[in-house]
Amino acid sequence: MKENLSASSVRLRAGAVHDGVVAITIEGRLDSNTTGKIWRQATETLATAKARSVIVDASEIDYCDGSGIALFVHLRNLQHKAGGQLEIQGLRPEFQGLLQESDLGDLEQLESQQRPKTNLAEEVGRAVVGFWEDTRSLIGFVGELVSALGRAASHPRSVRWRDVVRVAESAGVNALPIIVLVSFLMGVIMAFQGAISLRRFGADIFVANLVGLAMLRELGPLMTAIILAGRSGSAFAAELGTMKVREEIDALKTMGLDPVRFLVVTRVIAAVVMTPLLTVFADLLGLIGGAVVMRSFGIPLVTFYNQVQYQVTYGSFVGGLVKSFVFGILVAAIGCLRGLQTTTGASAVGESTTRAVVSGIILIVITDGIFSVVYYYLNV
Amino acid sequence: MTAEREAIIRVENFTAAYNGQVVLEDVNFEVFTGEIFFILGSSGSGKSTLLKHMIGLYQPAVGRIFIEGHDIAAAQGDERLQLLRTFGVMYQSGALFGSMTLLENVSLPLEEFTDLPPDAIRLIALMKLKQVGLESYGDLMPSELSGGMQKRGAIARAMALDPRVLFLDELSAGLDPVTSAELDELVLRLSRSLKITFVVVTHELPSIFAIADRIIMLDKQVKGIAAMGKPEELRDHSDNPRVRQFFSRKPAPDI
Repeated sequence: MKENLSASSVRLRAGAVHDGVVAITIEGRLDSNTTGKIWRQATETLATAKARSVIVDASEIDYCDGSGIALFVHLRNLQHKAGGQLEIQGLRPEFQGLLQESDLGDLEQLESQQRPKTNLAEEVGRAVVGFWEDTRSLIGFVGELVSALGRAASHPRSVRWRDVVRVAESAGVNALPIIVLVSFLMGVIMAFQGAISLRRFGADIFVANLVGLAMLRELGPLMTAIILAGRSGSAFAAELGTMKVREEIDALKTMGLDPVRFLVVTRVIAAVVMTPLLTVFADLLGLIGGAVVMRSFGIPLVTFYNQVQYQVTYGSFVGGLVKSFVFGILVAAIGCLRGLQTTTGASAVGESTTRAVVSGIILIVITDGIFSVVYYYLNV
Repeated sequence: MTAEREAIIRVENFTAAYNGQVVLEDVNFEVFTGEIFFILGSSGSGKSTLLKHMIGLYQPAVGRIFIEGHDIAAAQGDERLQLLRTFGVMYQSGALFGSMTLLENVSLPLEEFTDLPPDAIRLIALMKLKQVGLESYGDLMPSELSGGMQKRGAIARAMALDPRVLFLDELSAGLDPVTSAELDELVLRLSRSLKITFVVVTHELPSIFAIADRIIMLDKQVKGIAAMGKPEELRDHSDNPRVRQFFSRKPAPDI
């Protein structure tokens, strides 16, 4: 007999094969700590022995819990699959009961009862249907939102202005510091990089054109919208998502309050008012950043101011504000939509939040492209 | 059922307080190995507080709680980990992790705390699910299960490491009578076949009479144990009218 010391408290000995019968002795304590140590050894023993019949002597086992029982079930399944027999001898009655208790029956049948694995065609089909449903719900949501906004415009008293003010404060006023910081630095960086190049041609004054046009037409609205998507679009999705999970949305519905009117309209109005205001600040701070750099390059503030005023038309400024107005609607609406689409569970809220930010940024970029084309043809 | 048995849990001079406000005062009792022990009391009597101290989530203000002779509040590091493995807890709402399937939920403690190979873990997890009658639902997410199935799944997860004690918080709250009777049956079966000690918090009278070996009843006014013993005896022979009233489910008598 060969002997293997597998663990401090459990060991497995396997005898030689006689007439297709092999005897295995397990002794010691079989619990969730020790079973792992002899699991592989036992599996290998059965695989190499290829015996018609296996006899497990379990009389020396002093303790056996669910993991130990699982080992016996595992060995028996292996033998049955190979067309052999397995007999367990001497297992104490209390553990014997446990073995019967946890008899899984036909394991293969049980496996087939579990949800079947999906194949590629099915996954593609699911993805397409999912995309279609997402688009449909988006269209439905846009319709609902437009009708709710129309109602709000015709009945301004039906809007919960207190909620609007609360959201405007958290999404607008509280975002001011980061908008100020980012746009000031944008102005500084752009002016600095521009000045280094243009200085070689003695053309540093044109940095004012660069900073003025880029900030007011593009970067001011774009930066504000992206910050809004990251800061408030995600917050809307998380708040509405949590409300969905906690059945608060259902409560609103059964109380006869339309969630879109009650929750979404207030947020969209707040975002629509605050985004252009924040954009004005972003524009201004970008120009100030440019002016500071220009001063250090020896161009006085007055010159910079005159150059910007001469070059940058009101059209560019208003065009930027119109964009930020649209961005505000998009970011707030998509944040709320993702929140309302939340399924159940804690991870669903995180997923909705991510989707809100990603969809928000995608919408911003696409819309910005459309605006560029339209402004080009309108000569703004 | 002999009276003199080994105590697996011992609560000594235990006082619980939140922010200086005493909830329970000088509570002493023992839970014996293998019994089904119920903690009851009306709302706000400190049942959940007591349970959360017994499983080591909170530190007692005064006194000590021993599980298998180890002080749960004082245990640190490896000793604490060992101690935590001797019991399993089913939380009120199941607390199954929503991002994992039922089978993954049950496998999690096995993956983290044992060196069993993956096929062994899968087999053990399936066996635990079989014991609670959920073996065909392993690949479903918790959100796809009914309330009673979630509780049974939570019991399976609590049993994953074969603990000697199972704490069940509000076993049948919010479930229909048939489902809660099934859960009672399950507890009784696990207790008899696996010799697990159960500590159950509830105020469901049918459960108490169906499966409880021994109970303690907490009371808000005495801030401690109002009665201890077998449920039938307390119902019929308690000298405390409030206890008899609780068990017979009658409104307050006119005294």
